Amino acid sequence: MDLSWMAWTTPTAIFFVVILCLMLSMWVWELISPGGQPRRGILRFETTRGDRLFVTLLGSAFINLAWLALVGPNLWWALAVCGLFGVLVFVFV
Amino acid sequence: MKSWNNKAWFLVLPMLLLVAFSAIIPLMTVVNYSVQDSFGNNEFYWVGLEWFKEVLESERFHNALMRNLLFSAIILLIEIPLGIAIALAMPRRGWGVSVCLVLMALPLLIPWNVVGTIWQVFARVDIGLLGYTLTQLGFDYNYTQDVVDAWITLIVMDVWHWTSLVVLLCYSGLVSIPQAYYQAARIDGASRWAVFRYIQLPKMRRVLVIAVLLRFMDSFMIYTEPFVVTGGGPGNATTFLSIDLVQMAIGQFDLGPAAAMSLIYFLIILLVSWVFYTVMTQQDADSAPGRGQS
Repeated sequence: MDLSWMAWTTPTAIFFVVILCLMLSMWVWELISPGGQPRRGILRFETTRGDRLFVTLLGSAFINLAWLALVGPNLWWALAVCGLFGVLVFVFV
Repeated sequence: MKSWNNKAWFLVLPMLLLVAFSAIIPLMTVVNYSVQDSFGNNEFYWVGLEWFKEVLESERFHNALMRNLLFSAIILLIEIPLGIAIALAMPRRGWGVSVCLVLMALPLLIPWNVVGTIWQVFARVDIGLLGYTLTQLGFDYNYTQDVVDAWITLIVMDVWHWTSLVVLLCYSGLVSIPQAYYQAARIDGASRWAVFRYIQLPKMRRVLVIAVLLRFMDSFMIYTEPFVVTGGGPGNATTFLSIDLVQMAIGQFDLGPAAAMSLIYFLIILLVSWVFYTVMTQQDADSAPGRGQS
């Protein structure tokens, strides 16, 4: 099957594989340790694990965009901030 | 021990495939385009985040985004209260119900480009009923030359086209309220406002969530009507993000910047929709007993 029209590149393929792996790891996590019930964190609204992953990914997208606009195109530090943000979301939200 | 029924996967599989072909694969392609430059003939050159930086620093993007946010805010502020008011005024029984429902449904059945064409002609000062009448009444109205007139025309057109959707959703919420609630309110001597505030509005909350989300997303993605009526003008006064995006992608064939812009556009819609959804559904969770335990 010719997928050249999709203009794949290695970095974008890695990006999507990482997203897929995150979703698969959520599935494995749920199988190992079921915990899908909503809980209420510091933002005072109910979230499930899936919600927290969504908030992490959406927040990370905006952190990267803000970094790009305000700091520069080197996003490695932004990635570290995203990792920290994800941990905070999963622990406190 | 939780038991899993894996048969459910077969039921959602067709929808997953449909979403994959209609949304996920095109989205992946847009991501791929956003980090490359294209010169046609399927030749692509890696540029990294250059297009994202260019779009984020572009005044053209900022202005179109502000126009879009302003337009959506105005639309929500008008259509939601107006839709609720009309739904409250509609009859609940008798022949009037069918007449009102058909009248309300009519604007929704008209395609976007036809709505644009109707209003483009309707608002013309030389032959249009609205434009000509306003001019004869002494108003200096010309939506092709005046920014305020162009905005008013687009807003009135959108209100005419889409308030019906809010009305029908609210009406469905209102007719589902059991008569016992109204009887109890009558016994308690509740005022009309109290009935609305404590019975009708809470019962309409779910449909209002849908109405707000649909109207926000639709108004934020509006393209066809303003393109047909004003073409984005006068100047760039009604050039919303979608019009700007199409000009960039098809008019200028700048596929990379257009892909980067469309991803940022998508993320903004996703964020605002999520905030709306979370805030409005949270009120349901708060009122449900036994939920929200950590």
